[in-house]
Amino acid sequence: MAREIHGMVEKRGTGLWLTHVFMILGILVIFFPIWLAFVASTVTQSDIIRPPMPVWPGDQMWINYKNALFSGINVPVGTMLFNSLIMAVGIAVGKIVISLLSAFAIVYFKFPGRNLFFWLIFLTLMLPVEVRIVPTYEVVAGFGMLNSYSGLIFPLIASATATFLFRQFFLTIPDELAEAARVDGARPMRFFLDIVVPMSRTNIAALFVILFIYGWNQYLWPLLITTDPEMNTIVMGIKQMFPSGDDFAHWPTIMATSILAMIPPVIVVVGMQRLFIRGLVDSEK
Amino acid sequence: MEKRVKFRGWLLPLLLIAPQVVISAVFFFYPAGQAIWQSLFIPDPFGLSMQYVGLGNFEFLLSDPYYRASFVTTAIFSVLVTLCSMVPALFLAVIADRLIKGSGVYRTLLIWPYAVAPAVAGVLWLFMFNTRVGVVSWYLGQLGYDWNHVLNGGEAMGLVVVASAWGRISYNFLFFFAALQAVPRSVIEAAAIDGAHFWRRFWTIVLPLLSPTTFFLLVVNIVYSFFETFGVIHTITAGGPQQTTTILVYKVYSDGFVSQDLGSSSAQSVILLIVVGLLTVLQFKFIEKRVHY
Repeated sequence: MAREIHGMVEKRGTGLWLTHVFMILGILVIFFPIWLAFVASTVTQSDIIRPPMPVWPGDQMWINYKNALFSGINVPVGTMLFNSLIMAVGIAVGKIVISLLSAFAIVYFKFPGRNLFFWLIFLTLMLPVEVRIVPTYEVVAGFGMLNSYSGLIFPLIASATATFLFRQFFLTIPDELAEAARVDGARPMRFFLDIVVPMSRTNIAALFVILFIYGWNQYLWPLLITTDPEMNTIVMGIKQMFPSGDDFAHWPTIMATSILAMIPPVIVVVGMQRLFIRGLVDSEK
Repeated sequence: MEKRVKFRGWLLPLLLIAPQVVISAVFFFYPAGQAIWQSLFIPDPFGLSMQYVGLGNFEFLLSDPYYRASFVTTAIFSVLVTLCSMVPALFLAVIADRLIKGSGVYRTLLIWPYAVAPAVAGVLWLFMFNTRVGVVSWYLGQLGYDWNHVLNGGEAMGLVVVASAWGRISYNFLFFFAALQAVPRSVIEAAAIDGAHFWRRFWTIVLPLLSPTTFFLLVVNIVYSFFETFGVIHTITAGGPQQTTTILVYKVYSDGFVSQDLGSSSAQSVILLIVVGLLTVLQFKFIEKRVHY
């Protein structure tokens, strides 16, 4: 009986087959731009500027990628990849560390100004850097942080989402643990390092995945503060590879760079799918 | 909710909270305050002094046809991006939900585009529709349609909408898929026994049960299309042609950094601040509602 009802809800036979066809068609359409970029990164410039370009990969893959990585157009793409990596890891680690500390203080202590600080942090919750670019740029310039990693990282870790997540999680840690630690005479920081941080490791990992992608994919901020090509990140550097005049852009190099720019975040998202989905749901709700 | 057990001392917690408070103050509150302050002044042409104009910048902005046009552009753009990313995502999620086997594989494939930065997505779509080398524009040409988003505002808008919505489909798919999996099977099966066909079940049972997710995604996608699509616009159209794709965030950038009009740019920042505030309130209202569910 149960099986028959099942058959009424889930598709069988032709219907099932059609469902798979729809799904695969949808995926093909969604993947088409990436496929085309990959093909363009494996052929020569002359294959592309005489349209239509081929739809199957050519044999220039190694040359194009080697060119992009080691010489690039303004700066080797290898350098930009390195800058992006520092920025993305810096933002993820920085935000996690400061949020762990402040959430611990808010949850486990009573101190003067606690509510005030809590609300100050709360206010930063949803204001993206895009809204305050001009004055933030002036602050960073004033500190002499243009074209530096600290200038790329610090303005983007001033947000409260992670603090709230950790606060929510700390509130679910049983009180008995803190009680026992206190009876044993453990100092707060011992308790923090030996119990709170290890218990939060899944949350930390999930948050790391989300913040890494967030940092890697930043565009406007690096565009403003890295005027030196040596400091460009890969996501903003691609646009800089287009010629300003009427010349043809060198598409094989640009497309190889685009593919290189998406590999690290794709590896993180696909490789850590469970953590990623968890982080996404946690940080948005 | 509060902890019963608290540690003693006040110096340690202040030290612990200090990094976040200092960074927020320096890179968040000070700049936000500056934006509000600067929006009340106009700098003289030599940049030597500032003249207080009160709400003059705002009055000027709200009567400026370009700024009003940018508001309309942003509204059209965000509605289109939200629709173009949510409808296909819901469709794919409904299909994936009907499959017993293989939905995991499809999910893995579908979350890929989420990892692609908006600016990179912009470059990919620009490549396909490039007026000289683009594959899609070439085939359109063969069919007798002359694609030129560099000159045609409508086509430019269409292109930035599709490029912005593309990666977002993955994101919406994940949320819709999770919500669909949470719909109790027994309810669906009961309706099936009563003879309700798939579409009838979808409209009368599934869609209403999805409404909290749908509302949440509406707000989040609007916020996305307001702020995070800067990369797409900058790489594909740079706001053109004739400002037809200049959304509000792009205008803050081009007035503040390209034309160096600080007073106006700050006033625009303040207006955006208010918009974000309203959206946040909306989102919290929604969370409150969810709790009562």
